[in-house]
Parts: sequence; C-alpha cells; structure tokens
Amino acid sequence: MNKDLNHAFMPVPATVVERVEEGPDLFTLRLELAAAEARRAYHFEPGQFNMLYLHGVGEVPISIASDPQDKHLLDHTIRTVGRVTRGLARLRSGDQIGIRGPYGHGWPMREAEGRDLLIITGGLGCAPAVSVIRYVQRRRKRFGHLNIVQGVKHSADLIWKERWQQWSAMPDTRVLLTADKGDPLWPWHIGPVTGLFGHLQFHTDNVTAMMCGPEGMMKAAARQMLDLGIKRSRIWLSMERNMQCALGKCGHCQFGPTFICKDGPVFRYDRVESLLQVKGV
Amino acid sequence: MGHQDFFLPLNKLQTLVDRVSAAGYQCYGPHIRDAAIVFAAFSSVEQWPVGVVDFQGPGEYRLESETSGRYFYWANGPQGLKPLTFFPEQDLWQSTRTADATVDFHAETGSPQKMAVFGVRSCDLAALALLDRHFLSESPADPYYRDGRERLLLIAVNCARSAATCFCHSTGDGPFAESGFDLCLTELEAGFLIVAGSDRGTELIDALRLRLAHKHELKQKREQFQIASRQQRKLDPVQVRFDLAQSIQSDAWQEIARDCLSCGNCTSVCPTCFCFSEMDRPALGGENSMRTRIWDSCFSHGHSYIHGVTIREETAPRYRQWLTHKFSTWVNQYGRSGCVGCGRCITWCPAGIDVIESIRQVSANTHE
Repeated sequence: MNKDLNHAFMPVPATVVERVEEGPDLFTLRLELAAAEARRAYHFEPGQFNMLYLHGVGEVPISIASDPQDKHLLDHTIRTVGRVTRGLARLRSGDQIGIRGPYGHGWPMREAEGRDLLIITGGLGCAPAVSVIRYVQRRRKRFGHLNIVQGVKHSADLIWKERWQQWSAMPDTRVLLTADKGDPLWPWHIGPVTGLFGHLQFHTDNVTAMMCGPEGMMKAAARQMLDLGIKRSRIWLSMERNMQCALGKCGHCQFGPTFICKDGPVFRYDRVESLLQVKGV
Repeated sequence: MGHQDFFLPLNKLQTLVDRVSAAGYQCYGPHIRDAAIVFAAFSSVEQWPVGVVDFQGPGEYRLESETSGRYFYWANGPQGLKPLTFFPEQDLWQSTRTADATVDFHAETGSPQKMAVFGVRSCDLAALALLDRHFLSESPADPYYRDGRERLLLIAVNCARSAATCFCHSTGDGPFAESGFDLCLTELEAGFLIVAGSDRGTELIDALRLRLAHKHELKQKREQFQIASRQQRKLDPVQVRFDLAQSIQSDAWQEIARDCLSCGNCTSVCPTCFCFSEMDRPALGGENSMRTRIWDSCFSHGHSYIHGVTIREETAPRYRQWLTHKFSTWVNQYGRSGCVGCGRCITWCPAGIDVIESIRQVSANTHE
C-alpha cells in the first residue's frame, strides 16, 4: 500500500484510565489516546461515536458519553451483549485497546441554543442522551427549560439514581423517571414515557427534542410531540444499526437511502419518519 | 485520442498482448472453468476459447460451440471486474499486543500486481464506475480499493450479441462501451477494430502502427451494435425507482421470498454489490491479529444483526433491502440506479428468480 492509512481506517492505541461499574452488564471505560499527537488531533461533538477495537476479538461502535471539552478522557458506556463487549468488560486500568473515530453527525447543539429541551431516553445507560445532558449541564445558561425523561422496562432496571438526582437539582430542570412495570416501593411513574408529557415544561414553538432508545418508544414519543404541535424539524433521534466500517462503505447500516454511520446516527425526525413505520428496514 | 477506430488484424492481436505484458502487466483474459467463462491469467491468445456461445436464462448458464470462429461471441460470465478491485477477501491492518499489554497497529502493505484485463464488457465498465463512486469519490477514499483499481489496464470488447438475460441497453450501460476503458475492441468477421480511451491506450495503438478503419468496417460495427441492442429484456430505470419507492409495504415481497433461498448468489455475482464484513484472525500465539474484510450480503443473517436482534430476520425484508437499494435508494445515494443490466443475478440464482419479473410483481401489486 503506497498511501498512509489515516485513522479513519485504522485504529490508534488508547489506554483504559478507569473502568466504572454502572450496573448489571453495564460499565464505562474512560479512555485516553496513547499518543500526544493523536490527543491533539482528536475533536468530537456530542452524539458522535467511536469504533472500539479489542485485540484479537473485534470492533464495536460506541457513543462518546463525555464532554467535548474533556479532551483527555473519552467515556464510553457499554452494555455487555456480545463477544466484543464481553471482552471489553474484562478490561482493567492500564490495558490498551484501539480507537477509530469520531464518526457520524451528532446532536444539533448549536441550533438548540436558546430553546427548551426535551431529552427522552429509553433503556439503560443511553449514552447519546448522557452526552447531551452533560453538555447542557456545563453550558446551562445557553438553553431554556431542560426536561429529561428516562423510561425503563422494570423499576429494578434503573441505574444512576444519584446521577438523576444530581441532574434534577440543576436550575430549571425536570427529571422524570418511569418504568413500564414498577415494584411497590418505586417512587416515580409507572407507564410509557408518552404518559409524562403533561408533566414537562416547554414552549411548543420553541423547543428541541432529542431522543434515543428503542425505535418503538421513539416513534410513540414523536407521534405525541407532533400531536402537541411540535414541528417535525425540531425532533431529533439517534439511530442504531449493524456497523462494520463506520465510513459508509460496508453497507450494513443502511436505513433506506441513508448510511446511519455517516448521515446519522443523529437524524432529524422528518428524514426518517416514513422508514420508521416499516418493519425490517 | 479522438476515439478513432483503427483496424487490428488477427495476427497483431498477440503483438498487442506482448506489448502489454512487456509494460509490466499480468494479462487476464477469457478462460473456461467449471463450464463458465471467467477471467484467468494467459500469455498467448491461443489460450482463449474460440467459437463459444453462452445460453443464459433464469438459473441457467450453458456454453455451446458455434461456427463463427470468433473469440467474443459470448455475452458474459459470472465474474465482472468486482473481484479484481474489491477483493473477496482483503487484509486491512494488523494488531500487535506486546508483553506489557500495549497494542499497536500496522497497515497491511504491498501493492497488487499490475493487471491488464482483456474482454471487459460495457456493463462491467459501468459497474466499475459505480464502485469507483462508492469507494473512491465518497470521502474518505478507500485505500484498499484504490490499490486494486489503479493497477488495472482495461481492454474492453463491444458485445456482438446479447444473452437472453441482458438488459444493459435499457439501463443505458451497453452493449457497446463508451468510456472507462484504455482500449476497446470490436470483433469483426476478420480482425478487430480498436479504439483508444486513454493516453496509455493511444500509446499502444501508435506502437502497433495500424491503419484507420475502412468505411465498410465501421458499417459492420454499427450493424453489430444494432443487433446486440435488440435485447428482449426491457426495464425503465426511472419508472422502476418510482414504483419501488411506493411499494415498501407490498405483499409481493412475501411471495418472492417463498422462492428465494437467501443464498447470496445474486449479491456475489452482482458487479456493483459492495457490502463487506470485517473480522479478526488472531494468530495462534495471540500476539498478532489480522483485521480482514470479506464480501458480505444483505441476504446473510448477520448482515442486520445488532446487539442481540436481527432486524431482517426473514427473507422478505432481505430481498426488499436488496432490490430497493439496487434500483431505488442507490439513486438517492449516487445519482443513478445501481443496476447495469448485466443479468447475472438472473442467471446465477439457483431458484431462477428473475429480477425483472420480481420488479413487475412488486409494481403490479402496488398499482392494484
């Protein structure tokens, strides 16, 4: 090969600085790029992702959960599901892995400035949402009312209780937690996230919604927002599909005409609305 | 260049091959293997099959002898140029882990051998342009594909006849080559017409000291174009795109899926299908692991797998993904249809599914 491979195609080494146990099958790797030159060149936006490579095992796409200003430490919250994530779960401080990235388009943070925010997430450790919340937390004055809605299947699934409490203490912020099924001591809501819109504080004509989680949940929440009069162009969501290359080449992440890895993973709702209605796309 | 046709007498065909070889190219040309025509290395044109014709139909490919004595009376084989630029298997980079648990990465080096391909068809050149668009024009350019691509010298041949499965004329990609080649041959009853499509091609023609084509030879070329263009199969890419965009919920996908084996033959022989998977191949000692990519297919189970779920679990959504991508969303992505009308997916489908019939079936269902 006569050309230098840039880091888009080949990983660079990164060191595990800390491994945080977040809950059952959920952990965060705080990574630092090993080379100073690589650290200097690295910039990302909330909502973008990296490909994490485990030696001899494989690669997985993982959202970056830390703040763009924390240049040195890149947080990746990972759920243990398959071969690669099970291997990543066994890493300890000082171990090294590979990183390629960042990839894709992140959240519309600049466009959302001056507006109220609805951040709606379903499932556990929804890293794309965490990246937004942390971003807003540091720049709280640039945004209007902040609403955070987290839905889980069962109340026992909820993690980060302290984090939710800490976030709800931010100025002008509402944090609403709900479980499809809750045990008797669950102090928050029962039912789908769509049941909580009455508790939120926002101006319909001056709000930006950002969602990540199961497609069914995002679809239902989007429908509700449209009913409330929020414009399609103010609703954003983060999509997931199989990704091998993260460069728009391998074809796996196609969602209709889009390549989620480079056209997304964050999409404006109107760009994917019709595709979301069809199973198996 | 000037796109001027010269006359290449039969006895100078080998001279052309020798000159190309002398320029450092390994020559690839038609070769019969497993009862089909493929590209294989050769040094003498004597090794090319002569007087062979291909009969193609849904799930059918048969070679027979014919009496014209021509080299290129067949239409195409299962292979286009895809395996020569986008390799079925390609090492990407190697990961090395040292004793102190650090890792390091090294790009796979080594450029592939320069290669001249004789007998490239216009549909294959059109497909190559589509792969170039995907792998090179769209940023970032793929360095592995580029290495396979830049080494090629392409000697096209205009089709003298079409197979029953061909529909390149209606996709606008044949049966004659217009661009994308270094040299293009038209086989006549005695000898060839030859035209240059690049500086390298012009140099080769100049060195052969050929005379310009005569009027009657050019007339024969035009007639050949008319004959090869009279293809049975027709398809209107604009209408197809429109119909497919409307038919995502059609019941016909389920009907087609009853026949489809989800085997991926169509995506392997398709000269524009570009999906690949990546995998690790760790050496036994564990210190080194090679990252490799291999062709994948949207018909495979793993293609749409994501953390524990397969999005396209059944055949119907897989077939829909393939067909709508090829004929509809490809236009959104790259400005034209991803089909070049080579007909290979029809011929090499073991269930004999005919893509044009499938489109008809889906469209009819939508119009009801």
